[in-house]
This record gives sequence, structure tokens and C-alpha cells, in this order.
Amino acid sequence: MRRFTQLIQQLETSNKTNDKIAALVSYFSTADERDKPFVIAMFTGKKPKRPVPTALIRQWATELSDIPAWLFAESYHSVGDLSETIALVLPPATHTTDRKLHEWINDLAALNGKTDEEKKEFILQAWDSLDTQERFIFNKLISGNFRIGVSNKMLVNAISKQSDTDSNKIMHSIMGKWNPGEITYDELIAGAHVNTDNSWPYPFCLAYALEAEPASLGGTDEWQAEWKWDGIRGQIVKRNGELFIWSRGEELVTDQFPELHFLKDELPDGTVIDGEILSVKDGQVQAFSILQQRLNRKTINKSQLKDAPIGFYIYDLLEYQGGDIRTQPLSERRRLLEEIVSQIRNTDVAILSPVIAFTGWDELAEIRKGSRDNNSEGIMLKKLSSLYHSGRKRGDWWKWKINPYTVDTVMIYAQKGSGRRANHFTDYTFAVRDGENLITVAKAYSGLTDKEIKEVDSFVKKNAIEKFGPVRTVKPELVFEIAFEGIAESKRHKAGLALRFPRIARWRKDKVAAEINTLDDLRQLLASTL
Amino acid sequence: MALITFTNKGIYCKQGDFYIDPWKPVDLAVTTHGHADHVKWGNKGYLCQELTKPVLLQRLGFDLPVQTLPYNKEISINGVKVSFFPAGHVIGSSQVRLEYKGEICVVSGDYKVEYDGISTAFEPVKCHTFVSESTFGLPIYKWLPQETVFGQIRNWISDNHDQMKTSVLVAYSLGKAQRLIKNLAGDIPIYVHNSIANLNEGFIKAGVDLPETIRITPDIKKDELQKGIVIVPPALADGKWMKSLHHAATGVCSGWMQVRAGRRWRAADAGFALSDHADWPGLLSAIKATEAEKVFVTHGFVSTFSKYLNEIGIPSAEVVTRYGNEDDEEEEILKEA
Repeated sequence: MRRFTQLIQQLETSNKTNDKIAALVSYFSTADERDKPFVIAMFTGKKPKRPVPTALIRQWATELSDIPAWLFAESYHSVGDLSETIALVLPPATHTTDRKLHEWINDLAALNGKTDEEKKEFILQAWDSLDTQERFIFNKLISGNFRIGVSNKMLVNAISKQSDTDSNKIMHSIMGKWNPGEITYDELIAGAHVNTDNSWPYPFCLAYALEAEPASLGGTDEWQAEWKWDGIRGQIVKRNGELFIWSRGEELVTDQFPELHFLKDELPDGTVIDGEILSVKDGQVQAFSILQQRLNRKTINKSQLKDAPIGFYIYDLLEYQGGDIRTQPLSERRRLLEEIVSQIRNTDVAILSPVIAFTGWDELAEIRKGSRDNNSEGIMLKKLSSLYHSGRKRGDWWKWKINPYTVDTVMIYAQKGSGRRANHFTDYTFAVRDGENLITVAKAYSGLTDKEIKEVDSFVKKNAIEKFGPVRTVKPELVFEIAFEGIAESKRHKAGLALRFPRIARWRKDKVAAEINTLDDLRQLLASTL
Repeated sequence: MALITFTNKGIYCKQGDFYIDPWKPVDLAVTTHGHADHVKWGNKGYLCQELTKPVLLQRLGFDLPVQTLPYNKEISINGVKVSFFPAGHVIGSSQVRLEYKGEICVVSGDYKVEYDGISTAFEPVKCHTFVSESTFGLPIYKWLPQETVFGQIRNWISDNHDQMKTSVLVAYSLGKAQRLIKNLAGDIPIYVHNSIANLNEGFIKAGVDLPETIRITPDIKKDELQKGIVIVPPALADGKWMKSLHHAATGVCSGWMQVRAGRRWRAADAGFALSDHADWPGLLSAIKATEAEKVFVTHGFVSTFSKYLNEIGIPSAEVVTRYGNEDDEEEEILKEA
């Protein structure tokens, strides 16, 4: 556990990618063999079943620290992280232990099924043998949520460097199905498990946002244009008679989309297609807000199937006749894809993402203006000669999104952030005018520079009107332009509508609160999208 | 009638007609210590502990009308007995004890309970009314013994040395810097920023046993710094000069480094939870030791800490002051720089 704690400290104390990779390489070169697969599992978000509920952990920590519950809550607001708060408020440990990371993880897993008393005894003893940093790690092990700024890509690069193995291979291997208790680090690197596993997906090829003019990309004949659909990126894998649907979050979502199960009988074995899961009704792609009704549900009822039917817009072909064809150019992959799709009978549900015909960039720019009419977010540009890369690679694929919607709002609440932003007011709630009243329409916490955050922070401290726990109501004075991707009806919000991906576009120091938008403006926008 | 009242100029003693750490100009400012949020320019007279005088002269001008008093000595101001007791915060920092007709009030300014090796150790003073800071008045703030923290700092310095990196410690010019110098002095030369060197000179002249340091001047070679330890104030930590150091590792020494978010906010390479303020157990033990009947809580986690004191049976009230504004201290250093 000490070695792992040290790794986390190193990862946290540097914001340079190279330092982080060096720390990971050093860790994988020196750590206990049995610990390593668990670390990879944790960093890639493979969560074990939570053995003890948060409420109990919190209750025991409060008891043991001998502080009232409200004071624990205040501490939590200030720290911004529950695991860390607990680690800090507990009395100092009375002894130390050399127990290994994997032993702790296995012991925690073994708590499942035990009584609360037994669990409590184990947790309290653990806390009493760990220093503050180790306790923080231990608490994170219980929750399974490890967010410490290590992306899959960074982890893969580090392992690749440490083991001198191709990074695509590592990415494959760790994305597949494996159990950290049953696999060794070397087996994982070698990808021993993925060959026997029908389900494994390929890493998605991602695009960068196009910020320059498309003319800078050169001749139009080198490029394929498609709509940039606004759904959930997905990969459909058909091997040995089995069908798997993966989402971009590396989650298996096969059961959530029964409409697509017919592909099990229609796709040949050894086929992997890349595309977008969307809601499609009568041949029309629906707004993201409709698709949302179908996401993250364990069970789906009839009305959901009827109200938000699923379709899959197919972009690309990654595996053809059992062979990985990602190194073939897009033009060739597209040709093979069209051949595969021509054999599918129900093309109302599995749809080839149409290629947009255009002759000049200006013409395409005109077409792009109509993106919202078919509920797309703009245009994708893919080089016809491009390979299917693992992750993002600059130059081959571009997303040329239409500008987001914007609305001018006034800030009315502020709250302290969490994590890096825990001691500043960084989370704001914004309102528009509704007659005489202000009505909240969005909460956002990104889009300002550190300097601006400090400025707003100081405004909040000087202009706070009331305090509700960590939230301050502030004088409605600062005007912010909020950008958002979509708008949907919402019964849960007082405004009767909700904005999608709201974020601060600009601080409008040039505007006063009287100039902000009204709720009617937003209602009109909503009506125009349905 | 109460011995102190809280006015818009500062903490006022009516019977003695003087202020303690006023933030607006008054006739007599009784001064707990030299940090910029506790002492302002423009008062007609200052009264402080002997070792605070060099700081005031350095910062507010060498012709400042300052009168001094050693620790544990009493003088009478308009019939109010005034004395200074060590607050353990920085060199010369004092709690101000007021006594009038048997009524005793102590204004502690900023304080810490642990002895830091250079500032006279904190001394609890029994009183009826106690004014306490609450900078770290949350139970998440519990400091490790300073020897442990200095162990961490020494290891970090030696790791940097192995990697040919320059160790730059970020610390307040007044207090933290001298504490670091005293505790890290040894074979490795210590280089300090001007604002620290100026204060050090004053302290040494006043008889403080402070190890030798080297003032950073433009003609000191960057390679030379790499072999030593560099101490700079926070205002300089993100500046041009720091960027000109090739291969520097910065370590911020502050109580805020106790929390991960604090460490990341500063974007330092390392954070050491080394504070000149009392931690949660320190605040509670200090307050209990005064046996005060009433505790006024100033700058910090004011409402939380005061609410807790009331819950554990110590009558307490919140007071709004202008202390605890670290930016004041920073501006002061930028002016000097």
C-alpha cells in the first residue's frame, strides 16, 4: 500500500504528463506483481462491488472523530472529497502495517455479505493502522472511484513504455474483459485473455475540433463529409455467434438496446462496426433529449421503446471477415462497409451514415448551416486515406461543429467547488428573467480562467446575501453568456426546461442584469427544436 | 463595561483609549505582530514587543514612532495594565493582555501552540475574555509534529539534488522563512529573496540567533543556486524570476497544503503542511487553557468554530475583522520587490 500511496502522491504533485508517465513507469517496474493488475483495473474504472455503503462509512468516521455531524459536513464542504475528509478528521493511527494493496482489496471484497458490525470492526481497525495519505487511498478503495488525472491513454503509454510493447496492443488488452485477481501483469501485457474473449472492442478513433477554416485542409476530393450525429458513440461486435454493443465509455451496453439485437443474425461473424446510437423515429433522428430517456436504465418498459426507439447510424468497419482492417484507408473500409450493410434487411434501424456530397468548402459550409434541422451537431470531416487510429490523432478526422446556442444570464447562486477548486466559489447558478422574477436555468462550473475565478470569488465574498450551507445567494449583478448544446422540456426544473451541456462562454462585463434574456426567449427556442 | 469593543477601525479599548491591530489610522496602535493584515501605516504611535520593532521599521519606515515592551512586562495606559505574552506565531508575535479593575482580556492576534525553534514559545494566559483567530478552525487541520514535516522537506531537497533540480521553498517573508532557515540550516547554503534578507538583517541586529543566509542578487549564478536551498515569498512564486530558473522544483510551505485541493490550486511540485497558525487541537487547547468565560472568534472559519465552541460549553461570538487577508501581506512584498 505504501508504494501505491507514493505513486498517487507523485501523480498528484505534478501537472506535467511526462512526470506522471515517469512515475507510472517506475511504479510498474518496482511494485508488487499482484498489485499491478489491480492498479490498472482501478485506473481504467473497473469497479468492484462496493462492500460498505457511503452513509455507514461517514457515520463511523464521524463517531470515531468525536465531532458533531454538522461539523463533519462543514469539513466535507471545505475539502470537497469525502474520502479525504474522513482521512483528515480521524484521530491519528496507533500502529502501522505493511499490508499490500491487493490484500486490502481482497479483504474489502470479502466484506460483502458480512454483518454491519463485522464490517465496522474491519474498517475501524484499518483506519487505525494507516497514516493520513494511506487512509485516503483506503477510503478510495472502498468507494472504487479513483479520479486522479490519469487518462486511459496516459496509462497505456506508461505500460507500453515500461514493457516495450505496442500501445495499441495494450489498449486492446486492458479494454477487454479480465479480472485483476486472476491475471498477472505479464499476461495482461501479452493480451493472453483477449484472444479467448469474443467481446473485445477496438479503441475508438476520435476527432479533434476544427478551429481553422476548412479550406486549410486542402482539396475537397481528399475528404469524406458526414453529419456529426449527437448520440452515444457505439461499437457493435459480432464474433462466434455472439453480439456485443460497447459504448465509448468502454461499457458493455448490449442489454440496453434490444432493437439492435437482430444484428446478431444479420452481421457475419468476425465483424465490428463503429457508429452512433441514436433515437430514430419514422426515419428521423430525434433530439438527444429523447435518446436520454433510454440511457443508463437497467430495465426498459414498453412506453420507452415506443417513445424513444433506437437506431444505429453506422460510420465505419473495423473488423471484416475476422481480420483487423483498421490499417486500410477509409475509402476501402467504407467500400467493405457498404457491402456489409447491403446484406442487412432492416435498414430502418441499422443505417449507413450518409456521406454528404459536396464540391466546394463553401457549399459544405452552407449545408452545415442546416445541421440542426436533422438534429446533428455539425459535420465530420474524415480524410479518405485515413487509418482508423486508436484515440485522437491530429490531422485525419475533424469535427466541424456548428456554434452552440447561447443565452445571457445573471449569476444568482455560488458554491465552493470540489477538488482543485475547493476553496473558491467556482460553481455558479444562472438565471434568466421571467417578468419581475429571476428563474434559474443552468448551473455551470467551467469556462473561466483561474484569474476570473478569483475575481468572481471575491465578488461573491463581498456580495453574498444569504448562506444555505455551502451555497451563497449573491446580488444578481454579474452577467454571463452561457453556451449550450440543446434544450429539452423538464418537469424537474422550475423553468420547465433544461439546457444540455451548459457552460460559461464569456463573462459579459459589458452588460448589466437588465439586459439578460427572458424565459420566453428560451421557450421559443424549445418550441423550434421539437 | 467591556474592556474591548469591535469598531470599524479595529479592536478598541475605551478605558485605555487605544486600539489593538487597527486597520484604520488611530492615535495608538498596540500591535500583535508585523504581518500586513495586522499593522497599517499612518497611526500616530505604535506599541509592540521588542522583536516586532525591526519588522515595523523595515516595512513602515525607519522613522516610525514605535515604543516597545519586552514579554511579561506591564505598563499602564490610562489606568489599563497592558502586557505582551508570546503568541508563538512569528518572531516577536504577541498576545496582548489587558487588565482593568480585575477584569482581564487577552487579544491573541495570530498564534500557534507548537514551538517552532525560533519564535518564543506560545504561553497560555488566563483571562475572562479571549479573542482568538480561527484560520484553521476545522477538524481536518491537524498538523504533524514539525520535525516530521522538516524530515519530509529534507528528503524532498535531497531528491531534488539527486535530480539536479533547484529546490525553491515558497514561504512568507516574515515568520515561515525564518522558521525554515533555523530548522534547515546545515551544510547546504540557503539563498533568500530580498524581502526575507532585509527582515533577517533586522532580526540579527536585534539579537535573534538566526543562521547565516545569502541574499539573492542578479550576479548569483543559477548553477550556484542549484546546490543550495532557495526561499522566496508566495508573491514571487509564479513570477518571471522563478521561470528563469532552469529545472526548479517548488515546494509550498503552508497549512493550506494539508488538503489536496490546496496543493493543486497552487500547482506546486510539492506541498508541505507547515503552518504558523494553531491547528484544530491547538486552537481548542489554547482556548481551554485561558479558562475564558467568553471567546470572540475572528478571522478564519469564524462561524463554524464559534458554533462548535458554544456547543462544547464555551460561550463564544463571531466577530468581523479585516485580519486574515493574505493578499495584504503579498502586496507588501510586491512593493518591496
